[in-house]
Amino acid sequence: MDFQSAYTPDHLSFLFQGFGLTLWLAFLAIIFSFLLGCVLGIVRYAKVPVVSPILTIFVETVRNLPLLLLILFARFGLPELGISFTPFWAAIVALTVFEAALISEIVRSGLNSVDKGLLEAGRSSGLTYVQTLKHIVLPIGLRRMVPPMVSQFISLLKDTSLVVIISIAELMHNANIVMGQDPDIVFPILILVAALYFAINYTLSVLARRLEVRV
Amino acid sequence: MIDLSVLTDNWSSYLEGFRNTIIASLLALIGSFILGVIVAVFRIAPSKVLNTLGAVYVEFFRNIPLLLVVYLFFLGLPALGLTLNGFISGTLGLMIYTSSYIAEAIRAGIRSVPSGQTEAARSSGLTYNQTMRYVVLPQAIKIVIPPISNQFLNLVKNSSILGVVAGLDLMYFGDIVNADTYDAVSSYVFVALFYLLLTFPLSFASRSLERRLAHSG
Repeated sequence: MDFQSAYTPDHLSFLFQGFGLTLWLAFLAIIFSFLLGCVLGIVRYAKVPVVSPILTIFVETVRNLPLLLLILFARFGLPELGISFTPFWAAIVALTVFEAALISEIVRSGLNSVDKGLLEAGRSSGLTYVQTLKHIVLPIGLRRMVPPMVSQFISLLKDTSLVVIISIAELMHNANIVMGQDPDIVFPILILVAALYFAINYTLSVLARRLEVRV
Repeated sequence: MIDLSVLTDNWSSYLEGFRNTIIASLLALIGSFILGVIVAVFRIAPSKVLNTLGAVYVEFFRNIPLLLVVYLFFLGLPALGLTLNGFISGTLGLMIYTSSYIAEAIRAGIRSVPSGQTEAARSSGLTYNQTMRYVVLPQAIKIVIPPISNQFLNLVKNSSILGVVAGLDLMYFGDIVNADTYDAVSSYVFVALFYLLLTFPLSFASRSLERRLAHSG
């Protein structure tokens, strides 16, 4: 184990560059999967004929597949079907679809946990269905969704490491390159990478717990 | 669009991968459960040192990627002179990673039993162990089963991590089939079907269990 030749300025800046891309990847995927997950969750909650059952089948299938498989499919399968992305966007698409399926479950069960009586009260006091959802059910449900949602975002951040399989210059990929240079620095690099992931995820989970207490 | 001959020509690869995925999942499932129970006991034991050890274990492994845990075995140990193959390092990584989630689920379940009951049992003369065994655990188990079965479902999906370290699982062989046939869509769709064969029954069972336990009060 050689910490001195592991933590050279060159290696460190290369790893931090990778960490930057990991965060950027996670940030974009969080935004997109949150939006898609909300839409999927609300439509499934609202039980729209034909549309909701189809989305349910879609969500159930995606939820029951490994993310790794979706990443490979987005990278190598979709181009065969005439849909081409750069590797970076293939990763975003796979992460978004996978996490959105899980987020839609959080949204759906959050909405379901809102007392049905409130929905009926809103409707019978003259609000439309959409108004009832927007002003009564969503604000109450959203608050309950915050803690599981943050946990899901932590999962997503960890899951970005899987895109190493399609070679995008994120943290895990850059770590692999550095580690390949010298067996003596493998352990120190793994420790540093763990520290980086841990720092950001632990901060998020502490934040989530605070929110949980307040909500 | 989907070429059935990809499946029939590579039947033995898919089957070997499927078999290894099941074996790795079962080994990791048993191991992570045992380890999870031990860590949960650490976390609720009446000893500050054990509590802290348990908490550090759980927080560390829950907040780093599974791939990194696997790399600690696959790349880290060889650097210390001990080489493990992809299958073993993948399964060990999976086991350690999942155990932290299981420990947390068990601890949360035990915590959810009102502390008044523990106090009542203790003050009516039961020992700590008796209180756990007769009062707390029977109630906690009902709460703990749904999240644990959910973790098992995650474990089966996560076993695909073996594919990254040449662990001879379904994902790995699916990749080989893709490289041989140049037909990514068919190769991966068949991999997906094999995974669904495992995960659909699991998620169905976990949900009906959850519903039944929720209604049994």
